[in-house]
Amino acid sequence: MTTRLQLRDTGAMRRTTGLFILLALLCLPWADIAVHTLDPGRELGRLAQGLLWPQWPTTRTLAEAIASTLAFAFQGVALGAIAGFGLALLYRRRAVRWLAASLRAVHELFWALLFIQLFGLSTLAGVLAIAVPYAGIFAKVYGELFEETDPAPRQALPANASRLSSLMFTTLPQAWPNLAAYTRYRLECGIRSSAVLGFIGLPTLGYHLESLLRQGFYAEAAPFFYALLILIATQHRWCRGWMIPALLLAALWWLPPVAPINGALIWQFLTHDIVPAPLRSGMDALPWFMDLWQGQLWPGLINTLVLAMLSLVVMGLLGVMLFPTVSRLFGNRWTRGLSHGVLVILRSLPEYLLAFIALILLGPSMLPAIIALGLHNGAIIAHLIGQYSNTLVLRDDAARGLNRYFFEVLPRQFRLFLAFSLYRFETVIRETAILGMLGIPTLGFFIDSAFAEFRFDRAVMLLVASAILNIGVDGFARRIRRRLHLQQQVQVC
Amino acid sequence: MTGFRLQQAALTVGGQTVLHDLDITIRPGERVALLGESGAGKTTLLRALREQQPNRIAWCPQQPGLVPVLSVFHNLYMGRLDQYATAYNLLNLIRPTPARRREITELADRLGLGDQLWKPVEQLSGGQQSRVNLGRALYQQRPLFIGDEPVSAIDERQGADLLTLICEQHETVVLALHNIDQALAHCNRIIGIRAGRVAFDSPSDQLTSADIKPLYPSDAS
Repeated sequence: MTTRLQLRDTGAMRRTTGLFILLALLCLPWADIAVHTLDPGRELGRLAQGLLWPQWPTTRTLAEAIASTLAFAFQGVALGAIAGFGLALLYRRRAVRWLAASLRAVHELFWALLFIQLFGLSTLAGVLAIAVPYAGIFAKVYGELFEETDPAPRQALPANASRLSSLMFTTLPQAWPNLAAYTRYRLECGIRSSAVLGFIGLPTLGYHLESLLRQGFYAEAAPFFYALLILIATQHRWCRGWMIPALLLAALWWLPPVAPINGALIWQFLTHDIVPAPLRSGMDALPWFMDLWQGQLWPGLINTLVLAMLSLVVMGLLGVMLFPTVSRLFGNRWTRGLSHGVLVILRSLPEYLLAFIALILLGPSMLPAIIALGLHNGAIIAHLIGQYSNTLVLRDDAARGLNRYFFEVLPRQFRLFLAFSLYRFETVIRETAILGMLGIPTLGFFIDSAFAEFRFDRAVMLLVASAILNIGVDGFARRIRRRLHLQQQVQVC
Repeated sequence: MTGFRLQQAALTVGGQTVLHDLDITIRPGERVALLGESGAGKTTLLRALREQQPNRIAWCPQQPGLVPVLSVFHNLYMGRLDQYATAYNLLNLIRPTPARRREITELADRLGLGDQLWKPVEQLSGGQQSRVNLGRALYQQRPLFIGDEPVSAIDERQGADLLTLICEQHETVVLALHNIDQALAHCNRIIGIRAGRVAFDSPSDQLTSADIKPLYPSDAS
């Protein structure tokens, strides 16, 4: 039986890859990938010059931006972890799984737009923007970790042991190492998310990056850029043990998560502003909806899908091309070191920031978004496959160079590559929607404009659509993985 | 030089000396069998011999190291990756050329793998995989052949046929074998290894089973 399954697998893997490439090619005519700036080379030169000769801001400005970035990240991730843990305990219930799926289907930037309406540009809004989607992610990952624990110790407990003691004595101790490792890893994602929240006005590193880069002050922006890079790249070194609770307390002291609560305003937002306009005034809902559908929903959906497909294929290509550069099966210590450095930079920087920089260089089209999504996610894939390829043991007389790559290594790693790529699919589509806020007409573009025009009913409708799209893509990718028997577990944000 | 020479050599694996005081010269045209218990150091000796002229040796290790998702054709083809231009190799990876197809089909028939040519090797049995492994070494078409138990997972009649093929195709042959009859039938020189040293080294027609028996003390009981 297994041989027949495998026979189908090899062909199916090839067909799936072909299908994705074909879909991307079909998307190409619909994609706007023109360069709209007059001289991108010169702008790139200015950017490089700025990065090489940074202009230092006052220490105080830089330190405050770093402290705020960390504060939002720590508080948001901590709150998200606590809420997610609670949800994970009930993860067997369908309603909880759906709740968690919808929480994480909306990107933290969209949550931020919502919470800013409710709580103003406050610390609480920023913390909740991270905590809410992260709670959905934690619920899923923790819930799955609980399910994977060995049930035997639980069954051996006395019959009337309470659920809490069963959890504390059997399930939690077994899941703890993975749970702690994943939570620590999420903190790294939290720092990225926190930085990106600066782009919509919260006082993190992204705030300075946005305003300085937009004005072309590259040298002035460089220190903030380096600070973010160093924070993320060194995070696993300083963010461990007792440092985590200490930093969390410091974060609460630095930015207490409070906001001016205006009950009447919140009530009005929830019961009036986000209710579709025709329902409020008793008009016919159909024309309102058709208008929204034709003008925003449909083009937004199509553009999101087109951009995501193209980015996915670019990501895949970069992934397979770059992984040998960090694998011990190829090159020497120097080439691997150099390549490793480049990949760390691309992995550490949020897609949003990369897209923002590419947008400045190339002008508003899908091209900057494809480059940003492809580079960031391609670097992650390359890193992961490179790591795994180090465990391969080749024959003494194995070929070298390109022959080694195409005959010995790539065929062996292809299954893993497909699994990782499909895991990234959902992330890519989430980020694609978000890049709309930079002016590319994906769903995020229309959501952002609806918020800017105070048309919250439209904004919420579009948000729901983007959430459904994410959930749909997630389910689709999961089905392909199951059909191809790609059960490799990876947790990356 | 087309043979091998080890003088006063000691071979180590992971810092531990496995073989002491080796004095072995193998001249062109010789067909040598290494006998000894498993763990005696035959594999280590073969690897040391291979390192002397890696580019002239068809290498058939005991661990096949095949690429599971690639077909029998491609795993056999890989024996010659270093003989063709990379572009030609890639062409054959995607769409095998008629000339290579003909050659490899012929070889696969000889190996009894004619029906499996386009199957991924992960779907083959252990015995079939070891024939692919041997086939890859044969396809290299080199003057010297070094094989580590090349036919041990293959049934005796076919094994004998393939050993004949190996000896026909190569000028010099060095094999680690555990089947004494096969060693005496196909090789003209036998080297016995015991307790980290060469126990005997003599032409096969001068050996009796009494000479060979002490190599396998654990069978004595």
